[in-house]
Amino acid sequence: MSNKSAEYKFVAKTADRTGYPAKRKKPWASWNGIALTSAFLFLYFLAVAYPLFWMLINSFKDTNEIFASSWSLPSEWLFSNYQEAWETGVSKFFFNSLFVTVLTILFTVMLSAFCAYGLSRFEFKGKTVILALLTAGLMFPPQVSLIPLYKLVQAIGIYDTHWALIIPYVAFRISLVMLLIRSFFLQIPKELEEAAYLEGCSSAGIFFRIYLPLSKPILVTSMLLTAYWAWNEFLFANIFIDSDSQKTITAGLLAFRDALYTNWGVLMAGLVISSLPLVVLFLFVQKYFVRGLADGGVKG
Amino acid sequence: MKTNPAVPYLFVAPGFLLVCLFIYYPVIDNLQSSFFSWNSFSPNREFLGFDNYTRIFGDSVFQIALKNNLIHALVSLLVQVFGGLIIAAILEDNIFRKVAPVLRTIYFMPVLISITVIGLLFSFIYNPQIGLLNKLLEVVGLEQFATGWLGESSTAFSAVIAMGQWIGTGYIAMLYIVAIQKIPAELYEAAKMDGANKIQTFFYVTVPQVKEMTFVAVIFTLSQSMLTFADVYVLTQGGPGNSSQVLSTYLYDKAFVDNEMGYASTIANVIFAISIIFYTIQSKILKTGKGD
Repeated sequence: MSNKSAEYKFVAKTADRTGYPAKRKKPWASWNGIALTSAFLFLYFLAVAYPLFWMLINSFKDTNEIFASSWSLPSEWLFSNYQEAWETGVSKFFFNSLFVTVLTILFTVMLSAFCAYGLSRFEFKGKTVILALLTAGLMFPPQVSLIPLYKLVQAIGIYDTHWALIIPYVAFRISLVMLLIRSFFLQIPKELEEAAYLEGCSSAGIFFRIYLPLSKPILVTSMLLTAYWAWNEFLFANIFIDSDSQKTITAGLLAFRDALYTNWGVLMAGLVISSLPLVVLFLFVQKYFVRGLADGGVKG
Repeated sequence: MKTNPAVPYLFVAPGFLLVCLFIYYPVIDNLQSSFFSWNSFSPNREFLGFDNYTRIFGDSVFQIALKNNLIHALVSLLVQVFGGLIIAAILEDNIFRKVAPVLRTIYFMPVLISITVIGLLFSFIYNPQIGLLNKLLEVVGLEQFATGWLGESSTAFSAVIAMGQWIGTGYIAMLYIVAIQKIPAELYEAAKMDGANKIQTFFYVTVPQVKEMTFVAVIFTLSQSMLTFADVYVLTQGGPGNSSQVLSTYLYDKAFVDNEMGYASTIANVIFAISIIFYTIQSKILKTGKGD
């Protein structure tokens, strides 16, 4: 940091000598600017980090201590809050979320890749219409379909099961993931495919042996985007599941809060446990994740 | 290359049928059910024609909800898009190169944490007895402003909006960071040669170069604001006294609390109309979504 500023000052000074007297003030102005921006960054840092830190320290306290001194470190670190939170329900919500998320990823990426392949390597009747309809799927927010879907999941007998989440999740994610994978498939040179075809590879063989292995980066990005979405989905999770035993984290924690109304330390521990998976995942695969969000944002 | 003509259909069919059944069928069903009065307990539906639509424009709660969505959208544009761009530009400046990776990860943290967790955390922050916010006001000597944030109809929705900014700004900043990193370094060098200062460089190089991302961020933020549900549902359930109602929570209340399914479908169709507008603008200007 200091090196850079020194360079900057040096440049400014040489500029002065070439005859711009107004610029003499520049080093001072830029030091003030740096101080102000640093202060701004630090305040924003505090505003984000402190509440999270506060949640963490209070997750080790009992309710009385949270009331008496929520600012200080715990007088005694109650790790038992975590055990209690895990045993009173968070583990159930956690594994429900895991199950729903994993199956959503699997089906979304598989079906989207199939669609992307069909819509990038073949010419067939109705292709334009199908592509347009799949693309326009991006337009519909879950709210619009909420009431009919509520009836539909009841009619086909999956209401209050994990499938009432998984199937709609897949349907709502296919459009975006298909578009991401398709634009990747379109860049794969056709010659590869022709060579494989001459050697007797079938269409399915070309898909599984050439297209999928070559598309690993976009498949990873698609999986992360789907995981992020499914793990955090709120609307369907609260409405299509009724029994506490089937709820995922986003809906389950609300039931957990109502059950633990007086035991805040345990509730905070439950909140910390529920936040960990995506935060940890993010720290490992930050690059893929950010690139995915940027691509997904542009497409979606 | 000759393949069986059925092959492409087999690849496309599973995904396409799923989208038809779980997206298109519900949307159409919703359009027609808004012309009826019905509830989920009885199979009888009474045809109302456009009555639900005339009702909605005279409905004062609907007006509050729509107004709240618009306020949310306006604040989010200013704080998240404008603020996010400034933060991204600062973090990408050489001066802050050493701390930028840590800061952008921290700023992004709220995006990764489930909205329920954040909502419950903020209900503690806004809590009148133990809440961080009132304590903070006390520390800086502004305790006369301390209040029960979520329990007052004058502050409840502002509290909801503030939480939304806390979550979303880091997200938009991250999108802008990706965009700024794609700007060729020569442009910045050229600006420096011309004697431009940081603020001029920001307005004459960075802002025009990230134009496309700005467009994405604006549409994204607007549609998120118009669709917002979870933050209101967790913090206030639309209360006190409908003061923090938004379109989605009002839809939820009408459908699943008051059991007025036909009217709720009408609200859903208003949300649908808003989404179509956003989608049309987006695909017109960006020409994305075509995939090629």
